[in-house]
Amino acid sequence: MSGEDNGIKLTDDQKSKRRSRSIAIAVTLFTLVVVFYIVTIVKMGPDILNRPL
Amino acid sequence: MSLADRQDTLPAAWEGGMGSAGDYIALLKPRVMSLVIFTAFVGMMLAPGNVHPVIAVVAILCIAVGAGASGALNMWYDADIDRVMSRTAKRPIPAGKVTPDEALAFGITLSIGSVLTLGLLVNWFAGAFLAFTIFFYAVVYTMWLKRSTPQNIVIGGAAGAFPPMIGWAAVTGNVSLESFVLFLIIFMWTPPHFWALALFKKGDYETAGVPMMPVMAGETVTRHNILAYSILLAPIGVAPYFLGYASIAYGMMAGALGLAFVALAYDVWRKREGDVARVACVRLFKFSLYYLFLLFAGLLAESLVKGFVA
Repeated sequence: MSGEDNGIKLTDDQKSKRRSRSIAIAVTLFTLVVVFYIVTIVKMGPDILNRPL
Repeated sequence: MSLADRQDTLPAAWEGGMGSAGDYIALLKPRVMSLVIFTAFVGMMLAPGNVHPVIAVVAILCIAVGAGASGALNMWYDADIDRVMSRTAKRPIPAGKVTPDEALAFGITLSIGSVLTLGLLVNWFAGAFLAFTIFFYAVVYTMWLKRSTPQNIVIGGAAGAFPPMIGWAAVTGNVSLESFVLFLIIFMWTPPHFWALALFKKGDYETAGVPMMPVMAGETVTRHNILAYSILLAPIGVAPYFLGYASIAYGMMAGALGLAFVALAYDVWRKREGDVARVACVRLFKFSLYYLFLLFAGLLAESLVKGFVA
């Protein structure tokens, strides 16, 4: 992007749509992290506390 | 230009970036997804063996996202015909809210993500089965059969019938005759369900050039086929009772619903002209939705009762 006349200025509607997409991506990533964390604990079972430190 | 200004501009040649989160959710075909979640859940509940509730929730989530991904891929490929059909003209791509490239990227990302997550966290057989289902719906049905043969719904319907088998596979790591019967119920249900819709939406399919049976073979042949498939479907609906994994109560309910299905299909077959013909098609289409829901709800209720009693 070299100059100010070389782009499209986003409208308020476009900005709010972009924000909704960003929030959706953040929620999805956070959910994935939580899911993998919980499933790891579920799969390891009680042995998770019985490991060499 | 300040950084804040730059964040609110896009290159002049840029296309896309106009869809909201809701538009992307619409790409997943949420109504189809809800049916997939329900049937996959029933498959999981009926499967022998136990699975941790967290693993069960993850499996359902992956199957739902995989089904949604194939819906997005379907909308990407079918954007041209969606544009000319009244039922689909408001979908995100024809409405100009999401570009085809964005839908393709979205569909592929979710496909890979759902298959890998199901494989890693649940089991790889279920993951591979989900991958095959997405491939079957997006490539075999959408790209190949839908535009080339009036039998598109029959063979393509298999993709919609796989979810209970995937649910079963998520618990057991394999498939069996019982899960195949769940598949068969949806597989045999799909043609009369869609052909009833196609009969009263025939004009749409003609405009779009989709070779649905009423367009290619005519309404009379379609009515023969609806009746034939309904007669085949009725006993298959009762099969879980005959195979011993559903009670006589389910058997009687499935039998009565099957007879009603055949009666409505006969009505469609008998009434060929005018408004009465259209009403008969609409009635069969609506009843078919209740039919499938009630069969699977009956199986689910029985498995829950068995779980409480045991």
